[in-house]
Amino acid sequence: MTMRATTEGFATRLVLITVAMLFLGFFLLLPLVAVFSEALKQGIGGFIEHVDTPDAWAAIRLTLLIAAISVPLNIVFGIAASWAITKFSFPGKSLLITLIDLPFSVSPVVSGLIFVLLFGANGLFGAWLAEHDLKIIFAVPGIVLATVFITFPFVARELIPLMMEQGKDDEEAALSLGASGWQTFWHVTLPNIRWGLLYGVLLCNARAMGEFGAVSVVSGHIRGETNTMPLHVEILYNEYDFVGAFAVASLLACLALVTLVAKSVLEWRFDLHGGAKH
Amino acid sequence: MSSTSLTAGRWRRPSVLPGFGLTFGFSLAWLTLIVLIPLATIFLKAAGMGWSQFVDVGFSPRAIAAYRLSFGTAAAAGLVNAVFGLLVAWVLVRYSFPGQRVISALVDLPFALPTAVAGIALTALYAPTGWVGQYLDPLGIKVAFTPIGITIALVFIGLPFVVRSVEPVLADLGKDVEEAAATLGATRSQTFSRVILPAIGPALLTGFAMAFARGVGEYGSVIFISGNMPGKTEIAPLLIVTQLEQYAYEGATAIATVMMLASFSILLLINLIQAQGRKRMGA
Amino acid sequence: MNRRAFTATIALALAAGPLLAGCSGKPSNPNAVELTNVSYDPTRELYQAINPAFAAFWKQKTGKDVTFRMSHGGSGKQSRAIIDGLDADVATLALGYDIDAIASKAKLLPADWQKALPDNSSPYTSTIVFLVRKGNPKGIKDWADLVRPGVEVITPNPKTSGGARWNFLAAWAYGKKAGGSDAAAEDFVRKLYGNVPVLDSGARGATTTFVERGIGDVLISWENEAFLAEKELGKGKFEIVAPSLSILAEPPVAVITENAKKHGTTEVADAYLRYLYTPEAQTAIAHAFYRPRDPKVAEQFKSQFPAIPMVTVDKDFGGWGRAQKTYFDEGGVFDRIYTPKK
Repeated sequence: MTMRATTEGFATRLVLITVAMLFLGFFLLLPLVAVFSEALKQGIGGFIEHVDTPDAWAAIRLTLLIAAISVPLNIVFGIAASWAITKFSFPGKSLLITLIDLPFSVSPVVSGLIFVLLFGANGLFGAWLAEHDLKIIFAVPGIVLATVFITFPFVARELIPLMMEQGKDDEEAALSLGASGWQTFWHVTLPNIRWGLLYGVLLCNARAMGEFGAVSVVSGHIRGETNTMPLHVEILYNEYDFVGAFAVASLLACLALVTLVAKSVLEWRFDLHGGAKH
Repeated sequence: MSSTSLTAGRWRRPSVLPGFGLTFGFSLAWLTLIVLIPLATIFLKAAGMGWSQFVDVGFSPRAIAAYRLSFGTAAAAGLVNAVFGLLVAWVLVRYSFPGQRVISALVDLPFALPTAVAGIALTALYAPTGWVGQYLDPLGIKVAFTPIGITIALVFIGLPFVVRSVEPVLADLGKDVEEAAATLGATRSQTFSRVILPAIGPALLTGFAMAFARGVGEYGSVIFISGNMPGKTEIAPLLIVTQLEQYAYEGATAIATVMMLASFSILLLINLIQAQGRKRMGA
Repeated sequence: MNRRAFTATIALALAAGPLLAGCSGKPSNPNAVELTNVSYDPTRELYQAINPAFAAFWKQKTGKDVTFRMSHGGSGKQSRAIIDGLDADVATLALGYDIDAIASKAKLLPADWQKALPDNSSPYTSTIVFLVRKGNPKGIKDWADLVRPGVEVITPNPKTSGGARWNFLAAWAYGKKAGGSDAAAEDFVRKLYGNVPVLDSGARGATTTFVERGIGDVLISWENEAFLAEKELGKGKFEIVAPSLSILAEPPVAVITENAKKHGTTEVADAYLRYLYTPEAQTAIAHAFYRPRDPKVAEQFKSQFPAIPMVTVDKDFGGWGRAQKTYFDEGGVFDRIYTPKK
């Protein structure tokens, strides 16, 4: 294969890589470094002291709970939606995809507001909820709802292009060989999409744990009860406990990094499998 | 449109695959429950205020200044991301260099990092006393609390959208096309502008649109760095919050409605362009 | 359609239902009572000191344990949360208007709530002062210095911050006294906000901007926040300047009667708020840099607080309802000041 005219000269390559790295360093790496350096201003001891408080632990537990509820819901939806969209053709598909994307473009403030308008004391269902002594807003369910809304598109967004690319030949073959629909999905489709699915789940999970704006509107900010980690960061920041704020923030950043590492490992395995398959 | 669909007389083309009813029905139901009904309350509430009042609040000079700022900075950030995001994607796909895998992972950081954390970190960096700000300040360049600061925050938020949209298409784009172009005597820059760019255009457009739409509504990371001066550095989402502080739910929903309709139209347009492109390629 | 697939999907979707609904209600212990205090940002330190003291007091008096759920945030946001159903037993907010709103919009407490407790239901007061950098390099002595060209003033946005509304009214009172008319006052305030480079959304954000980010020459601030910044945040880096005229800031407290009735906490909620007026609580209040109401405690801490002539919202601005409408609501004076010039 000739490389002559299908790639750039060494100098051009070097310049492009350098510019790209500088851009990333400036816009991505620097903020990350800032978070960690602020968090470790008083050393490891100070860091632990600031994180090891009952309120911080309550926030961590709540954040994990929220993610554990909202992510599975979005997985089910993501798979169902991408199956319908990619395996069949029907009019209005673009509209449907756009609607799924919609939560991406709704301001987080609005995402919280809509649930207040629905379930708040003066909302559409407010009176009914009060009558039955059910709490949605300013309690865990409200935070879950806002989180599900915010992370709604993540899994579907990841799966739709992947499944579209894969087409439906494999499934049709399986069916013609006598497999049931469920068997086909379980033994043919799922193995095909599992890495993409995991990738979507990881991003969905990261966003679910990190959402601030929407959750802030519906949480009520009750300490140790309805404060998620990002809200706890804000609280500490507002208490002028900057080291504490950045310490909890760095935990979230660590989470982001773990997510990214996991994702890279997945991609690496995905490449390996993909390479073996084709 | 094929004739089978006409003879079948159904609105979807028949397929041997099962599960359309289940998956489509479930998707639609869940979508309606979680997204559409809640969003409809916004319109419902906004409709409750009458047209003239809606225009008064939704298109007041201050609101228009805020839209201009929000849409302007989001577009600027989207453009920066389109250029540099493409560059990053190109470098990651086409070249190999040490640390590539780490860099690739880093691109998703803005997806994963909570926006409030990003906002605090960026403000700490770009305030006149910050790591970067202290060098810019003597030069008379103000970043924090100006539209430049807002744009920087939105560049951070939007970057992965562009990179992740472009990357797979760039990877799929076979070298054979480029080789053919080169064999036919095209220079490298001609190949890029006439062969590569048109091929990745739709993906780049999607990335730009998503980054843009996300940027318009962004609150958490921007609020710390924006300065919040009415008419100058007051973003549209802040205006919604301001309305809420006055217990003016209708006013808040009016502004939200304007923003949502704008974002939705842009996204729909982009998706239609994509679908058109797919049809042309698929046919 | 495959039945198993169908049931599996539906089951998964429904599994969320109980989880969503199952989070209300707590195991109740007849000897324990829980109070939800919804407050504004700068009172964290104050209630951190008072809550355990009241718990001990209540235990001794009734033998019952009382635990607290604290919620802090911007005053307006907190008021809105209560209106929208945050089940506060007591509200301890930054200004009367925010509790008025709960009374008028959600009818959760009587309209004359402010008469329920002594001293306008405000067990502590504060005022508005200036915080300047060490040595007062810009020579800021009074309000008039804030409108000088080249002086950068930090104050939050009165639209989103309760504290900022006190700031605005204090500036207005000075402008009116100095110029003799409302027109002169508006002119003064317009000039003052012309010197503001950043309008943070809350009082604490403004303090952070001034203290941590190093922006501005003077911070218009709650007196208690200024003390906190001077004594704890940046020891020796700031000075407090008392202006020639300020405003008596009365952060009110109130039992949200309907909620308390529902929770059966009326008695303890009322006792909690009344406890704030006891000498012990008043001392804690003074330690948190609020001005105590109790004359004896006030005398004891006299040297801590500068004597400043003060206007009040009720006498000089016709109460919060009118002040809010005139100055801060849509199309009010504050909006007029910031209408983009064409």
